[in-house]
Amino acid sequence: MDFGGAYSWHNLRFILEGFGYTLKLAFVAIILSFVLGVASGVIRYARIPVLSAIVGAIVETLRNLPLLLLILFAYIALPQMGIKLSIFWASVLALTAFEAAMISEIVRSGLASVHKGLIEAARSSGLTYIQTLRHIILPIGLRRMVPPTVSQFISLLKDTSLAVIISAPELMHNVGIVRGQQESYFFPVIFLAALLYFLVNYGLSLLSKRLEVNEGARRKPTGKKAGPGAGTKAAAEA
Amino acid sequence: MLDFSVLTNNIDDYLEGFKYTIYASLLGLAGSFVLGTLIAVFRISPFAALRGFGTAYVEFFRNIPLLLVVFLFYYGLSSFGLQLDGFTSGTLGLMVYTSSFIAEAIRAGIQSVPAGQMEAARSTGLTYVQAMRFIILPQAVRIVIPPISNQFLNLVKNSSILGVFAGLDLMYFGDQVNLDTYDAVSTYLFVGMFYLILTFPLAYATRVLERRMANAA
Repeated sequence: MDFGGAYSWHNLRFILEGFGYTLKLAFVAIILSFVLGVASGVIRYARIPVLSAIVGAIVETLRNLPLLLLILFAYIALPQMGIKLSIFWASVLALTAFEAAMISEIVRSGLASVHKGLIEAARSSGLTYIQTLRHIILPIGLRRMVPPTVSQFISLLKDTSLAVIISAPELMHNVGIVRGQQESYFFPVIFLAALLYFLVNYGLSLLSKRLEVNEGARRKPTGKKAGPGAGTKAAAEA
Repeated sequence: MLDFSVLTNNIDDYLEGFKYTIYASLLGLAGSFVLGTLIAVFRISPFAALRGFGTAYVEFFRNIPLLLVVFLFYYGLSSFGLQLDGFTSGTLGLMVYTSSFIAEAIRAGIQSVPAGQMEAARSTGLTYVQAMRFIILPQAVRIVIPPISNQFLNLVKNSSILGVFAGLDLMYFGDQVNLDTYDAVSTYLFVGMFYLILTFPLAYATRVLERRMANAA
């Protein structure tokens, strides 16, 4: 194994540049897919006639296709339909479409998990549907979505590596180029790439666990206060 | 926009790729189920060394991209004089990567079986392995079926990674069709259609299984 040559200053800088591109790609896609995912999840949950069905069909289709196919489509097929995107924005588009569909499902099922009794109570106390959504369903549902959403962001960061197929200069692409200099560079550079992905993702997963713990701590006291509500939940589960 | 002659003229290519995508998915499922079960048993074993290994395995492979795992098989083994083809490296990569997720699902399933079951089984004279085999695992399997079904769905989609390594799957043959026809829109829409033929029923089955488990609980 040749660590000296593989880790030359020039190669290290090149690999870190790739990692920077990976992070930038993930960051832009996370922001966009979160916004789109929450919006489409709420639309699907709210059962708006026609609109919910259309959004649902799009989400189900995108969720069930390989991301790699979406990336190729965005970069190779869209230009034939008159939509020309740079490598970066084609990758962002494909990642966003795919991950937003995944987050949409997390949001929809998170909202659907809010207990019916709570919604009925809110409505019967005079809140409108929108007010119930805004003050009761969203705050409770969104909190439950935090752990699966963070997992999805971890997936997204890993998924950016697929942009290598359209030669996006991200981490795996640059690692592949350094490996091409000399066979013996493979293990040193692949180790470095694995370490970089691992550090960011493991950090995110620890953060997710902490958020989960905090939520557990926060729920207990309010659960005590909301005695009757907790009672109906227990009764419903029994 | 959608040219059906792309499908009809290249149906042999599409079906060939479809076949290899199914092969890779089934092999990947079988391999990752066996590996995943083994790692799950490691993770809850009474031996600290095995637990440590299981945890390290799961955390490592869950947090790196599938592409990197396939790289290890495709380029890594050739350093030792073993050059695997795209299909084999891709399928092995799928097995190892997916096994870390399946291990977590199985571990959670096993740990959801009340500890009293193990204690009761042990006190009737079963060994640890027997208790695991005859008492704990049969109960855990029911609980883990929905998450494993979901992992299988991911595995079918992830099998597209084979296309990066000329692995003969739908993505690979899709590229071939695109090179022949220059109609990327139709080509890839039909590739997508073939994937949906596999993934829609799986997604539906997963949802039904999840609902059934939620109702049973």
